[in-house]
Amino acid sequence: MINRQMLLIAVSIFFALVMALMPLPFSLEPFRPDWVLLVLMYWSLALPHRLNIGTAWVVGLLIDLATGSSLGVNSLTYSVCIFVTASNFQKIRNFSLWQQSLLIGLFLTLYHLMQFWLNHFLLGVYFSPHYLWPVLTGMLSWIWVFLLLRKYRRHFRIR
Amino acid sequence: MKLMFEKTVSLQLRLFVAVLLSIVLIFGDKYTQGGENIRTSLNTLVSPLIYVANLPYEIFSLSAKSLHTREQLLSENEALKKKQALQSEQIQQYEFLVKENKKLRALLGSSAKHPNRKIIAQVLSVHSNPYSHQVVINRGANDGLSENQAVIDDMGVVGQLTKVGSTTSRVLLITDNTHATPVRILRNDVRTVVEGIGKIDVLKLSHVPHSLDVRIGDVLVTSGLGGTFPEGYPVAVITEITRDEGQPFSQVFAEPIAQLDRIRLLVVLWLNQLELI
Repeated sequence: MINRQMLLIAVSIFFALVMALMPLPFSLEPFRPDWVLLVLMYWSLALPHRLNIGTAWVVGLLIDLATGSSLGVNSLTYSVCIFVTASNFQKIRNFSLWQQSLLIGLFLTLYHLMQFWLNHFLLGVYFSPHYLWPVLTGMLSWIWVFLLLRKYRRHFRIR
Repeated sequence: MKLMFEKTVSLQLRLFVAVLLSIVLIFGDKYTQGGENIRTSLNTLVSPLIYVANLPYEIFSLSAKSLHTREQLLSENEALKKKQALQSEQIQQYEFLVKENKKLRALLGSSAKHPNRKIIAQVLSVHSNPYSHQVVINRGANDGLSENQAVIDDMGVVGQLTKVGSTTSRVLLITDNTHATPVRILRNDVRTVVEGIGKIDVLKLSHVPHSLDVRIGDVLVTSGLGGTFPEGYPVAVITEITRDEGQPFSQVFAEPIAQLDRIRLLVVLWLNQLELI
């Protein structure tokens, strides 16, 4: 029973990984939301006893390998973000959907600033405001990710 | 039964362990060489994911191909035939020149040059880290590839292999801001280094003295120094020179010859053992 539930969660994360790697038209590329982080955040809010920092770390490592960034960068930033959501899940759950999406925007900003800072240190990149576009699109996507995954969770009774 | 207040490891401790592990990974990845097997197997772990993510693009391009009209195909065929005729003429000349070059080198008493081993690879269109310029190709350690091999396309130098998995590997493009290419100017054989600045169509020449003989339109080819790129492949064309005497160096910019934003078929080169010495 527990295995089936973990498998269903893993399937949703796998889809998010594929979405994160799928090619987009060149002009849309800077606007790609961080699907994997959004899905991880949802699960850490809904089922914090099933999925928290450990899973986030492993999935972050997968993202690092699949997108070719320095190993450990996404593991670190995902772990910190999931720590924030998992330690405040009771508060965040009680917010309305649009308030949640504002909060998620805040966490995504934290994620992207940490990403930038680490990459500045590792690769010597300089800041450009378009690194923050995914925050906006991520906030908008959160509403749909939340509703979709809630339906998914209730339909398959993942607890 | 699932208890509501089960005793588990606290979140703070989990975060501490995760951060510690990540920092170890970051430093391990950046400051250690070697561990070839571990790196390859880690990269192999995500290869299936990359192939799955590439599927939608493959399907689209397949269906686009099947929608080509007969006229389009005919005209494309015609153009390719013309190009091939021209190139085969050049190849005939090339073979003659290679022989002549060998003879001349023998007369000079210098070592002969041998053609490089090479393999064709296709770019998989998947998203990469937005902070660096890389592409993924469909060849890996199973095809005998290893790190730091040179990659070119039909126009010029594209980059070099970094992370190699067993069926996929990554090409770091010459425009990435951690990449530098040893080159020389074709016109006068002056050696210099050209480095990426993180823009897909701009390269920068590093530490150019004001007295250096460089002009707009000069072609830069690989110099063969540094042990990664074989000698003589075109890299970039000089596009902009700013000589401000108040600055210690001239600002010289170049444009890559390979069209890095639309590469599809690539050639991976092996270095000759002779050239390594």
